[in-house]
Amino acid sequence: MSNVKEVLLAPIFTNNPIGLQILGICSALAVTTKMSVALVMCIALTVVTAFSNMLISLIRNRIPTSIRIIVQMTVIASLVIVVDQVLGAVAYDMSKQLTVFIGLIITNCIVMGRAEAFAMQNPPGISFVDGIGNGLGYSVVLMSVAAIREFFGSGSLFGIEIMPLITNGGWYNPMGMMLLPPSAFFIIGLLIWALRSWKTEQVEAPEYEIGGHTALSQS
Amino acid sequence: MFEYYLSLFIKAIFIENMALVFFLGMCTFIAISKKIETAIGLGIAVIVVQSITVPVNNLIFTFLLADGALAWAGFPDVDLSFLGFLSYIGVIAAIVQIMEMFLDKYVPALYNALGVFLPLITVNCAILGGSLFMVNRGYDFVESSVYGIGSGVGWAVAIVTLAGIREKLKYSDIPAGLQGLGITFITVGLMSLGFMSFGGISL
Repeated sequence: MSNVKEVLLAPIFTNNPIGLQILGICSALAVTTKMSVALVMCIALTVVTAFSNMLISLIRNRIPTSIRIIVQMTVIASLVIVVDQVLGAVAYDMSKQLTVFIGLIITNCIVMGRAEAFAMQNPPGISFVDGIGNGLGYSVVLMSVAAIREFFGSGSLFGIEIMPLITNGGWYNPMGMMLLPPSAFFIIGLLIWALRSWKTEQVEAPEYEIGGHTALSQS
Repeated sequence: MFEYYLSLFIKAIFIENMALVFFLGMCTFIAISKKIETAIGLGIAVIVVQSITVPVNNLIFTFLLADGALAWAGFPDVDLSFLGFLSYIGVIAAIVQIMEMFLDKYVPALYNALGVFLPLITVNCAILGGSLFMVNRGYDFVESSVYGIGSGVGWAVAIVTLAGIREKLKYSDIPAGLQGLGITFITVGLMSLGFMSFGGISL
């Protein structure tokens, strides 16, 4: 049982798909100006990752190695079509706001990466849990970025006004910068810095060491 | 007429840069930008694949998938647009595979230069994103050819620039936690900020 717990919880902080594995960054940045949009994206991605992991794990012994990428791609694309159609039927406004990004879950490296790295070697049950765990790890980063951007950019959380804006007679002057694309990069960069200051074993070794003051020591 | 296509081309490169404004193809963008040579190879591969797949997907969408597109085959009521994702990714995977075999046989020099990056392009979201944007904005065949080349060039410009910055960056003294991924993100953020200045240009 502890194994299940570990598989579920490890991707959230110790082996975060965005922070450490460099997977699925594309959509992490584009859909984070509003928390509600980010939440829908997180749910969609978690569902797709969990089910694609389970389905691919079910047929893993029958997939010929040479065409496994195509098979995985087909399974993932079919699941994404299901999610896209459901979203279009249930929450039409939301699917309009997400535009192409639901479709881009197909090429989201988290889904492919976990199918290739985990589901191909493990039984369906645990693969499903791994999919949910990685979906949660992705969601944690996505929701934190979205919370920061929406709070400072529009003074609200989930569309509920927390800090009244000047335009509405309040006191808060929104930081327009937070709603622009570059801020997402800065926030993720800083989040990674924070995460790595806490879990220091994730720090990358520098490629190039700066030497001591050789000129000084000689003189 | 020519001016319209030129402005679409410039817009696709700078104002709507795939990597820095829409964040597409970020995984490869961050992972394979440590050296300028590899970045150039990948950039060229993306330009080639993008300028083939977007027009081809446009043809597939107009003549097979769109609502009523099958009228020429005698099925005017059929709407296959829900099969879009599956067909686009299939087309991309197939074209990448065909290109790989073609280059291996006829242009081995380029094939060796591109090496492992060619198959990687299948899972690059800039390629799929290009096709999805094309459908979303309703481009016709000529527009989608221009858009395909433009967006590919834009992505290539972005990754080569980032690789140049990162080659210099490795000699600087960076705080431990920011080393590697962290500082790359902040660099890309600054580049994205620079590219936003193109947003003021109206074409």
